[in-house]
Amino acid sequence: MSAREVILGRLRAALGGPVPAPAEVARDYRGPGSAVVDLDLFVERLTDYRATVHRCADADVAGTVDAVLGGRRVVVPPGLPRHWLPDSVTAVPDDDLGVDVVAAADGVVTGAAVAVAETGTIVLDAAADQGRRLITLLPDVHVCVLRADQVVATVPDALARVGPYRPLTWISGPSATSDIELSRVEGVHGPRNLHVVLVAAESGTPVDRELEAQG
Amino acid sequence: MTRSFLGMPATAPPGVGHLRGTEPFPAAARRALSDAQLRRNLGHATATIRGRSAAVIGEVPDWPGLRAAGRAIKTDTMARLPELLEQLEAAVTAAGGTVHWAADAVQANRIVTDLVRATGADRVMKVKSMVTQEIGLNEALEAAGIEPVETDLAELIVQLGDDRPSHILVPAIHRNRSEIREIFLRAMPGVDRALTDEPAALAAAARRHLRQTFLSTRVAVSGANFAVAETGTLAVVESEGNGRMCLTLPETLITVMGIEKVIPTWRDLEVFLQLLPRASTGERMNPYTSMWTGVTPGDGPQAFHLVLLDNGRSAVLADPVGRQALHCIRCSACLNVCPVYERTGGHAYGSVYPGPIGAVLSPQLTGVADNASLPYASSLCGACYDACPVMIDIPSILVHLRGQAPHPRAEATAMAAAAYTMDHPALYAAAQRAVRLGRLAGRRGRGLPPPLSGWTASRDLPEPPRQTFRQWWAER
Amino acid sequence: MMRVALFVTCLADTLFPQAAIATVRLLERLGHEVVFPEGQTCCGQMHVNTGYPGDALRLVRRHVRVFAPYDVVVAPSGSCVGSVRHQHATVARGAGDERLAGRAEDVAARTYELSEFLVDVLGVTDVGAYYPHRVTYHPTCHSLRMLRVGDRPLRLLRAVRGLDLVELPQAEQCCGFGGTFAVKNADTSTAMLADKMRHVLATRADVCTAGDASCLMHIGGGLSRLRAGVRTVHLAEILASTEAGPADAPAPTTGGTR
Repeated sequence: MSAREVILGRLRAALGGPVPAPAEVARDYRGPGSAVVDLDLFVERLTDYRATVHRCADADVAGTVDAVLGGRRVVVPPGLPRHWLPDSVTAVPDDDLGVDVVAAADGVVTGAAVAVAETGTIVLDAAADQGRRLITLLPDVHVCVLRADQVVATVPDALARVGPYRPLTWISGPSATSDIELSRVEGVHGPRNLHVVLVAAESGTPVDRELEAQG
Repeated sequence: MTRSFLGMPATAPPGVGHLRGTEPFPAAARRALSDAQLRRNLGHATATIRGRSAAVIGEVPDWPGLRAAGRAIKTDTMARLPELLEQLEAAVTAAGGTVHWAADAVQANRIVTDLVRATGADRVMKVKSMVTQEIGLNEALEAAGIEPVETDLAELIVQLGDDRPSHILVPAIHRNRSEIREIFLRAMPGVDRALTDEPAALAAAARRHLRQTFLSTRVAVSGANFAVAETGTLAVVESEGNGRMCLTLPETLITVMGIEKVIPTWRDLEVFLQLLPRASTGERMNPYTSMWTGVTPGDGPQAFHLVLLDNGRSAVLADPVGRQALHCIRCSACLNVCPVYERTGGHAYGSVYPGPIGAVLSPQLTGVADNASLPYASSLCGACYDACPVMIDIPSILVHLRGQAPHPRAEATAMAAAAYTMDHPALYAAAQRAVRLGRLAGRRGRGLPPPLSGWTASRDLPEPPRQTFRQWWAER
Repeated sequence: MMRVALFVTCLADTLFPQAAIATVRLLERLGHEVVFPEGQTCCGQMHVNTGYPGDALRLVRRHVRVFAPYDVVVAPSGSCVGSVRHQHATVARGAGDERLAGRAEDVAARTYELSEFLVDVLGVTDVGAYYPHRVTYHPTCHSLRMLRVGDRPLRLLRAVRGLDLVELPQAEQCCGFGGTFAVKNADTSTAMLADKMRHVLATRADVCTAGDASCLMHIGGGLSRLRAGVRTVHLAEILASTEAGPADAPAPTTGGTR
C-alpha cells in the first residue's frame, strides 16, 4: 500500500460517512466590488510602510525615474514602456540575465498588475512589463509604475483581477523584519527601497497594455 | 482493530521530530518563570504585538465576517479533506509539479533527503516553516551530510545560537537585541566586530551573511501557508524577502506542507490573506506574499516537489471536537494574548507548537498520553478564543482533552469521592462542616496537604465562615 | 415581582456565604421573592475542567433536576453560570444522554449571572446602594469572555452612592486562578497573580471587587499574604450595602487567615 493510499484511507476512516457536498460559505465581508477606491488612502498606506510615493502624469514618469535612478544601472523587463525610462540610466534589458548580473544592478523599473489601496500593496504577476520574479528581488531599488485605474480598494478586489497561472508577488513596502524584539526594521533581503510612481488616470496618455496582455 | 491496520488514523511516531517535550509543563515552566530576562523579553514583545494587531484589526469594518468565513471555509475543508488533497495533487501535477505523500515524519524526511541527494547538492536553504521543525528535517539532512541553512532572521538567530524556537511567528522572541548581537559575534562567520545591537544593524548583518548563500544554493525547502486545491497554487507569506529568494532563485524547490493547509478555492485566499497578517504580525499586509502554481518556464525553479504530510493529522481529524485544531493558520495570535505563554515562553511547552494552539495540537498529534500536561497548561481564561482569526474554540478543546488525559490515581479517587459527596446533600453538608472543623482543628498556618499546598504556598486561605449559607438560610 | 431561585454555588455556600446572603438581601430589597432549592450542591465545573466529565455527569443531572422547576435562576458567579450554559449540555451529550442535554439547555436559558439579571432582566442599574469606599473592579474571565457581561457590573457600580470607582490597569488579564490550574501549575498561577496584585495595588483602591468568589479568593489570598490592606469584596455585597444597612466594612470577603 502506498503512502498516498495509507493517508487517504486514514482520512476517510477519520471522517466516516459519505463525502459531503461543498459547503455554501457565508461571505459576510466586503467582497469584490463592494468598496470604493481611495487613492489618498493608498498613498498613505504605502508611506506608512516606508515606500516612497511619487504622483505624476504619464509623461513625467521618466523624469521621476531619473530622480531616483539617474546615472545607475537598471534592469528592464522586456515589456516596459520605453518612455518610462530616462536617457540618464544604463538600461540592462532582462534577456535571461544571469543571477549575478541582476544582483549587481542598482535598480529595476517595472509596471504592476494591480494594487490594493487599503493595505498599500502592489501585485506583480510576471507579465512582460514586470518580468521574471528575480529581477524585482535582487536589486536594491525597485521603482514600480502604476496607473491609477490599476488601484483597487481591497484584497478581494485584487484577487479577482489576477489569476493563478502566472507567479504572483504581493509587495507591501520594502522588505522588513520584526524578528528583533518585535520592532519593525525595513530592509532585509529584498529591495530596501521601494518607489511607487502613481500615474494619474486623467492626465497623460493611457499606457499601452498590449504587451502585458501577451505575457 | 490494531494500530498497525494501515487504514486507521495514526498519531505521530515518537523518536523523530519535535512534538514531545522531555519534561512536564509545570516543571519546564518553573524554570522559565525564574528567568527574569526571559520574562521581560516576552512581556515586552507580546505587549507590542498585541497593540499593533489590535490597531490594524480595528481598521477593518468586516473583521467578524472574515473570521466567520475563515472558520466556515476550514470546517468545509476538513469535511472534504481527502477529496481536496486529490484535487490539489491533480492540479499541481498538471502544472508541472511532483506530489509526494508522507504518512509520518520519517517518510517525509526520507523523501526530502532523497530529493536533495538526487540533485547532487550538499546544501539547502530553508524558508521558515513550522512543519519542517515538527518533523526534525534539519537533523535528518545533517545526518545525510546535507547542510540546511535557515534564512529567516529569527530562525538564523536560533540556528546560530544552537537554540530552540519558542514562538510560531518569531522563533527568537525570547532573545533581546543584545543577546542577538552576542550570538552573531560568536557564530556568524566574517561578521563585523564593531556590530551594534541596533535592530537595523543586526538585520543588515544577516543580509550580508546570507547573500551569497541565496545566489549560489541550488535547492530550497519551504513550508506553505496555503495550497489551493482548485488551481494547485501554493502561497508563502513572509516579510524579509528570504522566502522570495528561496522560492525564486534555486533550480529545485521542495515544499513540505501539512495536509490541513489545503483550501478549496482561489477565492478563499481573499479571506485568509486578510486574516493572517493582521492577526499575526499586526500588519495590514506582510511585505511579501509569493504564489506559484507548479513550474513557470523561464521563471523560478524548474523542478517543484510538494510533500503532503500526515504525521498525526489524521488522528486529529478523527476527533470531532479536537478536529478544529487543524483549522489553525499559524498566526500565533493566541500565543501573544495568552497569560500563561507570556510568562513561561514557548520552550516550556516542549513541542514546536507552543502556546494555546500548541496545547491542543501537540497532544492530539502525539496522542494525549505523550503530552499529558499540556491540556492543563491554561487557566481557561478564553483570551485565545477571542483572538483566533478562524475562531478555534481552544478552551473547549483543552477541556475535552483533559477528559482523555491519564489521571493520577489519587486525584481520580478524590474526584470520584467529591462527586459522590456532592450528589448527596446530607454528605455534602457534613463535608462543609468538616471544612470548618478541619480549619479549626489546628491548620492555622498556611499549610494544606499536597497538591493543594501549591496554592497555599503564596496565598492565604480564607477563614471558614461561622456558618455556611445553607445554615444561615435554615435559621432565618 | 419575580420568584427567583438562588443558585448559590458550592464555593459561596461553604466559604463565602456573605456574597450569597448579600444576593438574597439585594433581590429582596428590589421587591422579589428568593427561594433556595436545598437539593443543590455543586454544578460540576471543577470536575469538567479537571478532566472528569464522567464524575460531573451526576452533578449535572442533579443540578438540572433541582433547578428545572424554576422560571428564573440567579447565581453570584460568572464562572458557574458559564459552566451551566456552556458545559452542562456538552457533558450530557458526551455521555449519550440527549434528553438530559435538552433539559440542561432549558435550565441554562433561564439561568443568569447577577449583573446580567439586574441589568437585562430587571432593567435596573441603580439598585439604591451606598458604599463609601474606593473600589476597583476585576472582570473575571468567564464573566467577560464566556458570558460577555461587558460593562454591566461597571454600570451597576457607577450608580452606587459614595463609591469611588477607579479603573484597574490591564483589567482583562486573568488573575491566574483557573480552578485546578492554580494547583497543577502553581508557579505560573502565582506569577499571574503577582501581576494582578501589582495592578490592584497601583489603583490605591481600598476594595477590589468582582463577580466571582473564586477569583476573589485567589486575589484576596495573595493580597492577604502581602498584608496589602486591600480587601476583596464580592460585587453582590457592594450592591446590597445601603446607608441603613451598610456592609460590614472591615470584614473582607476573603483572606485574613494566618
